Amino acid sequence: MMAQVAITLNVNGRNQTTLAEPREILADVLRDRLGLTGTHLGCEHGVCGACTVLMDGEMVRSCLLFAVQVQGSEITTIEGLEENGELHPMQKAFSEYHGLQCGFCTPGMILAGIDLLKRNPDPTAEEVRDDMGGNICRCTGYQKIVESVLGAASEMNEVTS
Amino acid sequence: MKPAAFEYHAPESVDDAVGLLSSHEDAKVLAGGQSLVPMMSFRLARPATIVDINGISDLDYIQCSDGVVQIGATARQSALEESCEVAACAPLLAEATGHVGHRAIRNRGTLAGSLAHNDPASEYPAVLMALGASVTAVSSGGSRVLSVEDLVSGHFLSTALGPDEMITEVSVPAQSGGHGFAEFARRHGDFAVAGVAAVVNMNGSGVASASIAAFGGTSPARLDEAESALVGSDGGSDAVAEAAARAASQFPATDDIHGSADYRRALIDVLTRQALQQAIAGAQEV
Repeated sequence: MMAQVAITLNVNGRNQTTLAEPREILADVLRDRLGLTGTHLGCEHGVCGACTVLMDGEMVRSCLLFAVQVQGSEITTIEGLEENGELHPMQKAFSEYHGLQCGFCTPGMILAGIDLLKRNPDPTAEEVRDDMGGNICRCTGYQKIVESVLGAASEMNEVTS
Repeated sequence: MKPAAFEYHAPESVDDAVGLLSSHEDAKVLAGGQSLVPMMSFRLARPATIVDINGISDLDYIQCSDGVVQIGATARQSALEESCEVAACAPLLAEATGHVGHRAIRNRGTLAGSLAHNDPASEYPAVLMALGASVTAVSSGGSRVLSVEDLVSGHFLSTALGPDEMITEVSVPAQSGGHGFAEFARRHGDFAVAGVAAVVNMNGSGVASASIAAFGGTSPARLDEAESALVGSDGGSDAVAEAAARAASQFPATDDIHGSADYRRALIDVLTRQALQQAIAGAQEV
């Protein structure tokens, strides 16, 4: 077994140092070492999108990064979205529009939706489906997920306009 | 924790990186990791040493000078997608990038890494062959330039690179004429079952030059028999159909879970026609 090394990660605005082996992927370190189990692991090889997190504000697959690689970057997980006890508008929209069934894909969907709206603040339903095609829902509840993202878009555009 | 244990190095210069590659047996370069990490998680790859080049900041660039687009080894695919230089100088590359994986993959994945991995279903090796691109490969012994065609063709999940070499830059000559790109994938963002990239130049009498490459077979392939059928023709539908038929017969088709070799040849016929029609229409506008 390889020796563990000390890794300092900035997660949700907080620096945290943990011991981990270089082969430990970011998702495992978030879940098992830092206790942030909101990031879900589905396929563990970059296909399903469940483990999506933001790295320096851009969505990435946390199953395709070694934790040791992201030192010096800012990681945002689903746990880091609420502010002062207020859910993020995307989280609220998923609740309001019933964008989740079993909830397993939801953290990845929410972060992917946030990333999409940053690049395209007012997408069409077709654009949401196309852009979020990398996130898989096995309950196949896509209709409500698309409605949630569109709902969040109009909510967020109202706030900024 | 699925990957086998490895020794991790994060050099800050190309010299240090190639030094590590030459002094360590079974070392592998880690760039975006979007192909290597899943292979390691399945233990299809279990390198003893990982040389993470993401900390080499002077490899992260996209620039266009003297009619050549130069793309550093750690430039992300999402940066290619948004680059004005790529859109202006190599629109085929810009268009094909939208078909590579999903946005989350492109935020980490690199062009050079995709070439070095050389998955036969990947868009980039064929696209860069059609564009006549080359790579700079560096080892502790020096550097060399080789064409993407020499780098990837005939190889399966491997390249002509030596174990102590790394790609530092991909150079794409500014595209002239029109381009076409067509692929068939079960879902947008999935690996394509097959695809075709083409660049065509027209003159007063018809097709002056054509460069056609395909992916989804045993190895990315330049389709020179289709090219010679097209060059000198009027670029009309008969000539395109003849070129597409030759493309299908020359394509190194293979059977797998996603489709039979016969199905792939039929796809290449259709996709070549679509790509050439787009390329010829584009070339006529120039």
